[in-house]
Amino acid sequence: MADYLDEMDHIADEADPTVGDLEIQNYTINFGPQHPAAHGVLRLVMELDGEIVERLDPHVGLLHRGTEKLIEHKTYLQALPYFDRLDYCSPLAMEHSYVLAIEKLLDLEVPLRGQYLRVLFAELTRICNHMLNIGAHVMDVGAMTPNIWVFEIREQCLAFFERASGARMHSAWFRPGGVHQDVPLKLLTDMADWLDEFPKFFEDAMSLVIDNRIFKQRNVDIATVSKEDAVRWGFSGPMIRGSGIAWDLRKSQPYDVYDRMDFDVPVGTRGDCYDRFMVRVEEVRQSARIMRQCLNEMPDGPVASTDRKVVPPKRGEMKQSMEALIHHFKLYTEGFHVPAGEVYVATESPKGEFGVYLVSDGSNKPYRCKIRPTAFSHLQAMDFMSKGHMLADATAILGAMDIVFGECDR
Amino acid sequence: MANGAPKIASNDGVADALNKALGAAVLETVEAHGEISLTVDRKKLPAVMAKLRDKHDYQQLVEIAGVDYPDRPERFEVCYHLLSLTKNHRIRVKVTTNEDMPVPTVTHIWEVAGWLEREVFDLYGVLFEGNTDLRRILTDYGFQGHPFRKDFPLTGYVEMRYSEEAKRVVYEPVKLAQDFRSFDFMSPWEGADYILPGDEKTDAGDDKGAKS
Repeated sequence: MADYLDEMDHIADEADPTVGDLEIQNYTINFGPQHPAAHGVLRLVMELDGEIVERLDPHVGLLHRGTEKLIEHKTYLQALPYFDRLDYCSPLAMEHSYVLAIEKLLDLEVPLRGQYLRVLFAELTRICNHMLNIGAHVMDVGAMTPNIWVFEIREQCLAFFERASGARMHSAWFRPGGVHQDVPLKLLTDMADWLDEFPKFFEDAMSLVIDNRIFKQRNVDIATVSKEDAVRWGFSGPMIRGSGIAWDLRKSQPYDVYDRMDFDVPVGTRGDCYDRFMVRVEEVRQSARIMRQCLNEMPDGPVASTDRKVVPPKRGEMKQSMEALIHHFKLYTEGFHVPAGEVYVATESPKGEFGVYLVSDGSNKPYRCKIRPTAFSHLQAMDFMSKGHMLADATAILGAMDIVFGECDR
Repeated sequence: MANGAPKIASNDGVADALNKALGAAVLETVEAHGEISLTVDRKKLPAVMAKLRDKHDYQQLVEIAGVDYPDRPERFEVCYHLLSLTKNHRIRVKVTTNEDMPVPTVTHIWEVAGWLEREVFDLYGVLFEGNTDLRRILTDYGFQGHPFRKDFPLTGYVEMRYSEEAKRVVYEPVKLAQDFRSFDFMSPWEGADYILPGDEKTDAGDDKGAKS
C-alpha cells in the first residue's frame, strides 16, 4: 500500500506541479465602457490576481460634453437647462447650486414661498434619486424585486415634477430669483397624500433587503473607509456620513429655508457599503419629514423675486404694461447682467457636495462656470476601496457610491 | 444676508489671521460676497496648503478650478477651494501661472488632488510639478489641445464618426453646415466693444463736408 502511495506521489509531482512551481501572472481586464453595472459609461481597467482586484484605474470622460465651455457662450438663464443634464437623476438639486450662486452674486432675495417650494422639490428630488440608487444597488448585488418596487415610487416622483414644471426629468424649474411658476394647490395636497402612502410601500420594499442574508454578505465590510480617509479623499454626502462623520451641508451651511427644517442626519458606524446604503434609506425618511414640514408651513405670496431686472414678468402683466413688455424682451434677448465677482456655492445634492464656482466679468454671460461634481472624488477613491476585494464586489462598491456620469464627466 | 446662499461661519478676522500666519507667501487678499480669496506665491503653494490643513483646520480640498485670462501675463489662475469641517468655513487659494511654468502639486497633502490636477491639466494645459500621473482625464484618448482655453473654439477642430467603409471610427476636420453663430445681445450703449455698423462713416462724413 505504502509503495503504491509513494509511486502515486511521484507521478503526480511530474504531471501536475504544485502551485509554487509555476508563476501565475496577473491579468488586466476592462470593465465597461458598456456594462450594465457601470451605471453609465465608465471604463475600469482592472488588474486582477485570480479574482482579487489588485489595481483599478477608472477611465472617465466618455460622456464629456464640455458643459462648462458651452455655459460660457450662453446667457445666465440659457445656461440653466445644462444643469438638469448633469446629474439627470436629480436635476433640481443641480439647478439649486447654480441659481443660488447667481443670487449670491446679484445679492437677490427670494420670497419665502419660493424658498419653501425649492426646498420641497429639492427633497422630492432626493427621494427620486435615492429610489434609483437604492434600486440599482440592490440589483447590482443580485436582487430584482425591490428595484421594481422602488422604481414605482420614482415614477410617482417624476409625475410630481411633470405637474410642477411640465417635464418629467429636465425641469428647468428653479430660476434665478425663485421658481418658474407657482404650483396648483391640488398638487400640494396630492403630495401630502402621497407622503402618507409611499413610506409604507418603501418600508415594504426595504424589508426585503435590509436584513437579507445575501444582501448583507455582499455589502457588510466591503470597501471600509475610515473617517480620515473619507476626509482626505474629499468625500461628501452619504459617502462621508457612511464613514461616521455627521456632515450635512443642509445642517451646517443652511441655504434657503433649511435652517427652519427639523431633520436628523444619519451616520454609519463601520464605513462599509452597507452603511452607505442604510444612510440613503434613512435619508429618504428624513426627506419625507422635511417635505411634510414644507407643506405645513408654506406661506402664500409670490414665488419669485419681483426684481424685474432679473425675473421676467408674467404674460398677463405684459398685455397691460409697456414696461413689462420691455423687461420681457430685454431679459429673453440680452439677459440680465451679473456684477463682476466670483462665488463658490455648494449645496447638498443627493450624491454629496455639488458646487458651482461662478466667475462673472459683469456681462450677461458667465466668464467661467466650474462645476464641482460629487462623483469625481468618490470615483478616484475607487482604487483603494476595491483593493483586495473580489471582482464581483466592484459592482457593490460602485453601486454604493451612487455615480452618474452626466455629472462626473460634464 | 438677503440671499439664500449657504451660510458659513463668520469671516470676521479670518483673513487677517491667515495673512499673519502665512506671511509673505500671500500676495493678495480679497474678501467679497462673503468669501475670502488668497492669492499666494506659486512656489510656496505646498507649504501654504500644508499649513492651512494642519494649523488652520482646512481639512478638505473640495475643488481645483482653472480659469483662463488671456490678457494677463500669467494667463491661468488655479483656484483651490478648501473646506474646514470643524470650523465650518471655506476659503479659496489661488495661484497664477502660464503655459510653461509648472505649479507644484499638492497630491502629497490631499490624495484627491490627483484627478483634480489632471482635469486642470487636460482642459487648460497647466502643468503640475510632482504629479506622477498627469494624464488627460476628460477628453478623448489622443485628443490634442486644451479645450477650455478661451482661444480654443467652441466647435473644436476635429469631429468623429463611424465610417462604414473603414469599419471603425474616423476623425475628420470639423465641417459645419452652418457657421457657428454667436449672438451678441449686449446693448450698444453699455459695453459693446465692437464698432457699430455705420460708425465708420462719421469720420468719412466730416471729410466730405470739408471738401464740398
